[in-house]
Amino acid sequence: MAPEPLHRALGLTDDEFERIRATLGRDPNRNELAMYGVMWSEHCSYKSSRIYLRELPAEGPSVLVGPGQDAGVVDVGDGLAVAFKMESHSHPSALEPYQGAATGVGGVVRDIVAMGARPIASLDPLMFGPLSEERNRRLFEGVVAGIGGYGNCIGVPTVGGEVKFAEPHSLNPTINVMCVGVAPVERLVTSTREVHEGSFLVLFGASTGRDGIGGVSVLASRTLEEGSEENHPSVQIGDPFAEKLLIEVSLELVARDLLEGLRDLGAAGITCAVSESAARAGLGVELDLDAVPLRAPDLEAFEILTSESQERMLAIVEPSKLDEVMEVCGRWGLASPVVGRLVAGGGLRVVMGGVTVADVPARSLADEGPEYDRPIAEPAWLTDLLEDDPTFTTVTAEPRDAFLAILSSPNVASKRWVFEQYDQLVQGGTVLGPGADAAVVRIEGTLKGLALSTDGKGRFGFLDPYLGAAHAVAEAARNVATVGATPLAITNCLNFGNPERSEVMWQLAGSIRGMADACRALETPVTGGDVSFYDESGTSAIWPTPVIGMLGLLPDHRFLVRPGFRPGHLVYVLGETFPELGGSEFAEVVLGKVTGRPPALDLERERALQQLLVEAARSDLLASAHDCSDGGLAVTLAESAIAGEAGFAIALPGDLPWYATLFSESASRAVVSIAPEKTDLFEAAASAHGVPFARVGETGGPRMVFDTWFEVAVEDARVVYEGTIPRLLAGVSLSVA
Amino acid sequence: MIAKPRVGVVTFPGSLDDRDAIRAVAFMGGEGVPLWHADHDLRGADAVILPGGFSYGDYLRTGAIARFAPIMNEVRSFAERGGPVAGISNGFQILCEAGLLPGALIRNRTLRFVCRVVDVRVETSLSPLTGGLVAGEVLQIPVKHGEGQFVASPEDLVRIEAEGLVAFRYCASDGGIDEEHNVSGSANAIAGVRNDAGNVVGLMPHPEHAVDPDLGPTGGQPLLASLLARALVRA
Amino acid sequence: MKFSCRVDVWLKPGLLDPQGKAIEGALPAMGWANVSGVRVGKCVEFLVEAQDEAAAFAQVHAMAERLLSNPVIEVFVVRDVTEWEGLPFEDRP
Repeated sequence: MAPEPLHRALGLTDDEFERIRATLGRDPNRNELAMYGVMWSEHCSYKSSRIYLRELPAEGPSVLVGPGQDAGVVDVGDGLAVAFKMESHSHPSALEPYQGAATGVGGVVRDIVAMGARPIASLDPLMFGPLSEERNRRLFEGVVAGIGGYGNCIGVPTVGGEVKFAEPHSLNPTINVMCVGVAPVERLVTSTREVHEGSFLVLFGASTGRDGIGGVSVLASRTLEEGSEENHPSVQIGDPFAEKLLIEVSLELVARDLLEGLRDLGAAGITCAVSESAARAGLGVELDLDAVPLRAPDLEAFEILTSESQERMLAIVEPSKLDEVMEVCGRWGLASPVVGRLVAGGGLRVVMGGVTVADVPARSLADEGPEYDRPIAEPAWLTDLLEDDPTFTTVTAEPRDAFLAILSSPNVASKRWVFEQYDQLVQGGTVLGPGADAAVVRIEGTLKGLALSTDGKGRFGFLDPYLGAAHAVAEAARNVATVGATPLAITNCLNFGNPERSEVMWQLAGSIRGMADACRALETPVTGGDVSFYDESGTSAIWPTPVIGMLGLLPDHRFLVRPGFRPGHLVYVLGETFPELGGSEFAEVVLGKVTGRPPALDLERERALQQLLVEAARSDLLASAHDCSDGGLAVTLAESAIAGEAGFAIALPGDLPWYATLFSESASRAVVSIAPEKTDLFEAAASAHGVPFARVGETGGPRMVFDTWFEVAVEDARVVYEGTIPRLLAGVSLSVA
Repeated sequence: MIAKPRVGVVTFPGSLDDRDAIRAVAFMGGEGVPLWHADHDLRGADAVILPGGFSYGDYLRTGAIARFAPIMNEVRSFAERGGPVAGISNGFQILCEAGLLPGALIRNRTLRFVCRVVDVRVETSLSPLTGGLVAGEVLQIPVKHGEGQFVASPEDLVRIEAEGLVAFRYCASDGGIDEEHNVSGSANAIAGVRNDAGNVVGLMPHPEHAVDPDLGPTGGQPLLASLLARALVRA
Repeated sequence: MKFSCRVDVWLKPGLLDPQGKAIEGALPAMGWANVSGVRVGKCVEFLVEAQDEAAAFAQVHAMAERLLSNPVIEVFVVRDVTEWEGLPFEDRP
């Protein structure tokens, strides 16, 4: 039997192989095959998603850098720019949770540094299978330990994120990481910088080993002895200390204006960094692999070219500045060899031992990857699910029991167990940390606050991909508006199953349309992001989960609004509650079903609410604000009471059944509390913005009185809310009295 | 015009809260002086802070490599001459490794990193950070560490207690000492110690992250104020 | 001459070892309720150049005392100081 052709073993189709042959005018050699194999992979080339990604609105008055560079960048005024990006690292984390998560953090941080910005915050939206299963507990603990272990060591505070649990994530945890950085606009390192022929390529940071090249190990020409799999790890190992040095060196090089370009070495390692740099500059490259510092002496060319060893960056340096660059690197103890130069033409020529080992057009690798328009088809099973509306199911549960069940549902319960393992304080800028609707980090030397939130609505997306994505954008924007910030722009991670299945492509197409519509309506362009496909095992795919990373701006962080109630204020519900339990936490936890249509989303109403919240914050009208999402109004009220250690007594108007009033997840709603002397001004503002409002009661006292349905002591609710995750991890089943 | 007290803050490779310490010193009215690990120069500092972070990645043992940095020769001489030295978190670990403070710090008993605001009880006024405070005062200051469990041999522990070398203890909000509030599982809930001469002190909590009211509780203010007062006397 | 060396470092007996304790607590759930006294140490291996084995041993001992262990909380044992020939050290099993 003939052995499998090499190109197929590297993940290249026969068509792709023919295209490569046509481009080169000959057969590619093993090294060139390896380079195409990684550059044209789904992960690096976005070949299945590019045709849809183009639909996303990427432009706006404050966008300085849109999709296509290491990170997106937004202008926040006064000469300051914010770089931000979200990436996924789900597959490595499923394999090795600690290192997968750790290296995920490392990679996205370097993307921010590559733009010339100092990383000032991280956020981590995570999704796992139910904690009742031991393997999910291990993944959860390992990932959180890895994010903390790496993030805490590099001096970037982790200020937010999300943790959700759903059965489809049991075999496929979703691990997304977001980083945000700040730079003066003139210091940004973007592709508009002039890059010259003859400039040097300097590789600095860690040495290069066999990390992450599992896939191309088929090319090894050494005989693979038994047990040598350890020599070709698919997992990358992170060294946060090396990363910290890399951050400081890079930022000093940028501050002293010594660079024409700066790239992170991530997926596809040096091949990607070098080919993209050359292609962007319209130049070619001569790359000398003998100059690359190696971890082991016997690495072959294809291994060096595709290694994903961590903590490495590539600088483009004009020859007259080389000495200074090397001095800076040397002072921090980093090697900084010149591994190549930019040359005329467009060829990427790789030399090793004096011999040319690869020679391909840079553009072909970087920009001319295949693009697929894969078949899409709505899955047949969806219709029945959508028709099964839980809103009109007979509910036999008691209101108080339902409330406590939802409060102690892992999706809703406090994530303190997670965020107390993260350093939220370093750099002294965190004015609002984890646990609120959005984190707020101030920009040193100014009064500006950046509001940051991450949101994914997988359960909604499963039922209706368009709505799921639109809701994610709306909620992320609402989260930053709730703390008083104007939503500016987003980054995102698209987490989906196998794109070769038509229902997955259908989910992607719908999600992107939903995202695009919501971003346009809310004026939050998409500045970049990541796509993670193949998040499935067998035919068990994750729910289509676009995760949105929202950036908002507070001109004066001192006007931020916190979620906690304080005694003596009036409670208002903003927006309208409809009987919409499709895809809700109530339906899943109390009724045991994930069915029905997700709530409607009126983007105009959403916008009006957000604008009201921002204006009310700026006018100092709000004592507290918290937006409604998972678990509905009941959870919003309870969380406000727990956060502020003050109870409330409310009566909720309307003639919906109690479970719809309390647990419906209608969009565009928030709960605010107002001091008595400000209610007139607030009500006038709400009317002016056309936002429906209802004064429902007062804050104060040790109990939460939910209309005539039930009461719970704030302290009892707090114990349940805070105790859920720790008890699940201890394997103790939670009984709610 | 009185010159501001100069407080040196050492940056080792991997130090993270060095800039925060300098900012906090400035916030409290002093002048923060950045010091480089490889230099032999304290640049006229009247007090020295070894800041928090992960010097050398905490590799081998936390603080084990930093203690051999060239600047530590100067810090040691400065301490021997009675100069005020404060080690915060990683800085505390480094001072213990260097033998300038008794005991050692190992992994938290829970085996997890913890970042939260805790209550800390002052145990003595005889340290550079507590000169303006009395024993029994309770302050709210954040901790953020994975290796904050203070340990010492049984004999050393007896001596530390008997000679009043404990500077801070983890406590409940009313000052009571119990295991529940002993966030790292330290021996005798010890959060910080001083040396015999009372000029060197180390603590795991981070006072530099507790001076700005915009960011949270301000329990770090009296500690830094004491350090600056001590530095001023020396200047 | 080159010598491969190994230094084993342990927490002093008597000091509570949280990692050892955690392991001891986890084993019964996996079916081994017959384990006690777990202690976790660390092992440092390296190549040293010295005139002879005795010189190598003395130097390794000094390194272990000064840097590789903290005498306040740890004890160490120098093991296996043996001449190293042939294979590159990085490829040792």
